[in-house]
Amino acid sequence: MLYSEKVMDHFNNPRNVGVLDDADGIGEVGNPVCGDVMKISIKVADDKIDDIRFQTLGCGAAIATSSIVTEMARGMSLEQAVAITKKQVAEELGGLPPAKMHCSVLATDGLKKAVDDYLVTHGRDPIAVGTIAHDDPEFDPHAEEHDDACEVTEE
Amino acid sequence: MEARDAYLDYAATTPVDERVLEAMLPYYTQVWGNPNSLYRRGREAYTALEAARERVVGAIGATHPNEVIFTAGGTEADNAALIGITTRARPDGGHLVVSAFEHHAVLEPAQFLEKSGYAVTYLAPRPAGYIDPEDLRNALRDDTVLVSVMHGNNEIGTLQPIRELAEVAHERGALFHTDAAQTLGKVPFNVADLGVDAASFSGHKIYGPKGVGALYLKRGTPFAPMVRGGGQEFKKRSGTQNVAGIVGFATALDLVLAELPEEAARLASLRERIVSGVTSTIENTIESASYPERLPNIAHMIIKGVEGEAMLLQLDAKGVAVSTGSACSSGSLEPSHVLLSIGCPPELAHGSVRVSVGRFTTAEDVEYFLEVFPPIVERLRMMSPLYAKMYGSATT
Repeated sequence: MLYSEKVMDHFNNPRNVGVLDDADGIGEVGNPVCGDVMKISIKVADDKIDDIRFQTLGCGAAIATSSIVTEMARGMSLEQAVAITKKQVAEELGGLPPAKMHCSVLATDGLKKAVDDYLVTHGRDPIAVGTIAHDDPEFDPHAEEHDDACEVTEE
Repeated sequence: MEARDAYLDYAATTPVDERVLEAMLPYYTQVWGNPNSLYRRGREAYTALEAARERVVGAIGATHPNEVIFTAGGTEADNAALIGITTRARPDGGHLVVSAFEHHAVLEPAQFLEKSGYAVTYLAPRPAGYIDPEDLRNALRDDTVLVSVMHGNNEIGTLQPIRELAEVAHERGALFHTDAAQTLGKVPFNVADLGVDAASFSGHKIYGPKGVGALYLKRGTPFAPMVRGGGQEFKKRSGTQNVAGIVGFATALDLVLAELPEEAARLASLRERIVSGVTSTIENTIESASYPERLPNIAHMIIKGVEGEAMLLQLDAKGVAVSTGSACSSGSLEPSHVLLSIGCPPELAHGSVRVSVGRFTTAEDVEYFLEVFPPIVERLRMMSPLYAKMYGSATT
């Protein structure tokens, strides 16, 4: 398993680390039992993401996807931000190993939650609800890895 | 602070010792005959092969040359022991006991046998990191064919009470196998003293080449060969022998045993320094297993509130190589089965780090690791949304 140069760059020099003291919205996803937890805080101005910070407990890919998603989302409208897909995150990083694709879901879900948190606390309707993978109790972040897992098929 | 190349993962593999390589080289271009051929070239290779076998036989305390079967590594030896012994002893199914923290080279064949109709008990270790003989006694059945418990655990480094465990197995009529890949050359190992019927060894853990290992099979132990063909290795493992690799393995074993007492003491003091250095300078760190009987070269610690792969990569950026039991490092779904088996919660298992020292590790390597590691942990804890919440301040 090899990480791209861009993944390593974002892992070694993560952008926008921290928490915004006067955040308008906060999204937290993940579970320490699974080994990764991510928290995103955003400042919103004119329905655009004006400032953004993240904190992540997790592997190299979890930290790199968190970092890149903050760069991607900064300046976006709320609609644009919640529409960022895990595939776009992976592409922006120059690809992720198959076993790490779920890390980009962590990043996009964290962002969606932060946007909805802002909207709900401002008396508006959430726009990402229903598209947040981590809200689904059946969500298995590793499900799509099974294809590449080293399980030997035995008759 | 100068960047170094501090390889601290000797439990994963070791470099081939120059003296070993030198001993091997003639068997590629000069004495390259097939040891099973009758003419001179074959006889020369055969002589070298059997001389190597005699050295291994003597080194592990076996009594007959045909008790040592050369394989293509420790994993093959484990597979052959589990599948070969059970299927010959009780082809129609029976009971197998393996410890729950075996290497996958034992666990996977056990699961294969389970799918083929064998009953398998995965015996849980005590939280201190050892298999209790009384727990084994309670797990045994009248139809237990084989018990397999590793001599030294490759992650947490604890040694298992093999002699007592083998005795318990034998009392109930079961055979006993031990995976000694981690212990050979690091602690005294003698098949007669331990009373085992089968044992697996690996060349590349003792400064020998990769792709060569050995299986000890006590005379009379039932065994069905996994690799069938020309009948080499006493019909127990077919295939033209890897003469150069086998000579390398025997040479590596001679060297490691000649240096064992002094080297074990040196490694143990490096290990102690690592454990005390980490646990005294970084808060919320603990040694993973408390059982006092342990390999001299493996330090295994839990760094709370940090994910292992992130630590590994940051250490790599500083030129330090270690390993971790986090799920993310392996691409598997769960953190280390070894840590889970001793009752370590998954959220802590994700933050485990194994630092293992060896022949070419210096005190400077260890001090360098102890210098670069605390800021890495601190930085990752600062980045975590949970650490301050769970443990207070992230600074060390």
